[in-house]
Amino acid sequence: MTEMKLDKFCLVGAIAALLALIFPLAGIDADTGKQVAFVSDIPGLAIAMALCVIAGAAFTWLGVRSVISGVIILAVAVFGCWQAIATLYDHGVAGFAGTGFWLFILSLWAFVWRGIDVIANYRSLETAKQQIANVTVPVAFGFWLLFVWEVLVAGFGVPQVLLPPPSMIGVRFVTSTDIMAADFYQTFVKAVLSGYVLGCGSAFVMAIAVDRVPFLKRGLLPLGNMVSALPIIGVAPIMVMWFGFDWQSKAAVIVIMTFFPMLVNTVTGLNAAGKLERDLMATYASGYWSTLFRLRLPAAMPFVFNALKINSTLALIGAIVAEFFGTPIVGMGFRISTEVGRMNIDMVWAEIALAALAGTAFYGAVAYIERKATSWHPSFRVRRH
Amino acid sequence: MTLKQVVNNVAEMPASKNAVVDIKNLSLTFQTADGPVYALSDVDLTINEGDFVSFIGPSGCGKTTLLRVIADLEKATGGDISINGVSPEQARENRAYGYVFQAPALLPWRSIERNVTLPLEIMEISKEERIKRAHEALKLVELNGFEKKFPWQLSGGMQQRASIARALSFDADLLLMDEPFGALDEIVRDHLNEQLLKLWARTNKTVAFVTHSIPEAVYLSTKIVVMSPRPGRIIDVIETDFPRERNLDIRETPEFLEIAHRVREGLRAGHSNDE
Repeated sequence: MTEMKLDKFCLVGAIAALLALIFPLAGIDADTGKQVAFVSDIPGLAIAMALCVIAGAAFTWLGVRSVISGVIILAVAVFGCWQAIATLYDHGVAGFAGTGFWLFILSLWAFVWRGIDVIANYRSLETAKQQIANVTVPVAFGFWLLFVWEVLVAGFGVPQVLLPPPSMIGVRFVTSTDIMAADFYQTFVKAVLSGYVLGCGSAFVMAIAVDRVPFLKRGLLPLGNMVSALPIIGVAPIMVMWFGFDWQSKAAVIVIMTFFPMLVNTVTGLNAAGKLERDLMATYASGYWSTLFRLRLPAAMPFVFNALKINSTLALIGAIVAEFFGTPIVGMGFRISTEVGRMNIDMVWAEIALAALAGTAFYGAVAYIERKATSWHPSFRVRRH
Repeated sequence: MTLKQVVNNVAEMPASKNAVVDIKNLSLTFQTADGPVYALSDVDLTINEGDFVSFIGPSGCGKTTLLRVIADLEKATGGDISINGVSPEQARENRAYGYVFQAPALLPWRSIERNVTLPLEIMEISKEERIKRAHEALKLVELNGFEKKFPWQLSGGMQQRASIARALSFDADLLLMDEPFGALDEIVRDHLNEQLLKLWARTNKTVAFVTHSIPEAVYLSTKIVVMSPRPGRIIDVIETDFPRERNLDIRETPEFLEIAHRVREGLRAGHSNDE
């Protein structure tokens, strides 16, 4: 072996795990005056730490080159994570985590980082294998972040009112599915979808009117600019007064929020077709509508989808904020504002998780349709020889 | 009608003298912030049926502008112009010409076939007929088999051939071509020139062709219009008498070199006026 390079991450992982075996696992309970727990009393944790030392030392010399070695490292790390959680909750270390415990977490971090790194750099010509690798990286990273969140909150004994651990949020999420489903239906299906369709649809029609009638372009666009600058917090209570407490007022807020991005993008998109292509249509004596449908609207599609994607996230924000200003006793915004008052922070977080899921799914769906509808665009082109 | 019959008919046809494009004393001035730009001045020209007319000259001499005036993409500011006896606007409304631009200008969201059927679609021709004509046009430019491909899957030369097929698809008698092969390499350009000549010999279309290549102009044309810039004007019109069916070998003949020499002299004279 000519190039003998030590794997730094594995080295850190091995040393940290070795030190974790030596340093005290937990702090001292002020009431009893004794250390809460010892590594020697928890065989699972001891095995996990020993494994980290052995695997870390081995891969420091061998290097982590193949996916298999990456998977082995990750497997060791996953076992370690499981034992760390068990130590926290089953052996009373929660709130009393000591130097040894955090050194072990540092060791796990080094392994996870190295393992994900190897999989992220994996390149295969087989699409199935490549896709598995592509999905594994963000999923593994996401779980790692949740684990760190859980361990930090439990290890330092952070009060639940400040930040509940993800496990608690998860339990709340699963046990209150009926409430969540009702909130989702009220806020997302009724308010967001109707407001989104109305706002984007009317702005699209208006964009074509603006394009057709020059004075609208000079008169309406600057005004629209002003409307878009209206703070949603200021508009929402007025919409509640105009359209009542139910979803209609939320839809109205969403219409105001989504209208302008759609209008501006569509107007810009309608001018995206090149001069050459317009001249081409002119040589065929193609009329306004024929040119609109055959050339200008297809050319505008990337811009239109851009607005649709921006608006998919704006609409959800608008609906939730608008519900703070008056609503029937259901809805995601209503739940967040009332449960905060009742100190049920886990429920608030469960609603935030629901909003994140719904928003991501909505955005993903629009992006998927975009990919199908504008597959000709240079950013999506697939060579089909 | 078989190909042979077509060729025979063309051979027997007397030199028809119906003017397709008739331009008298035409001028075009662009008003810009820096004052007027005289793009064309005092242009007189007649293009007869079946002619292959090349416009040659340095950039800025107004050759493209002249073609765009014929196509009604620009309006003349003085003089008279008629296409098939009517105004350019009327001719455009009648779909009297097919126009080939410098760039292929194919719509990327349409397959090659649907790009070629685009003008037919606008002219509200039935779908069956559209597809039939698209296949015929693509065959003329040797692109059959590429119907379902998208423009960006084809090479530059193939894309330009597809744009020619699109201009041929609705069978206009007049073909206006604005440096269609300007962006292509010499080998592809020679090949496409040969194909274009064959096509012209077969169909008896009238072609107006803008170029800045002297050999290309001499090889293709029955009439070469030499232009000069500032203001854009015609300084020489050279008639050639090569047979309609010609091949690249004629570029080595003395006649060819003589005409090329005359074109070059014309261009040089136009330039010295300018300095």
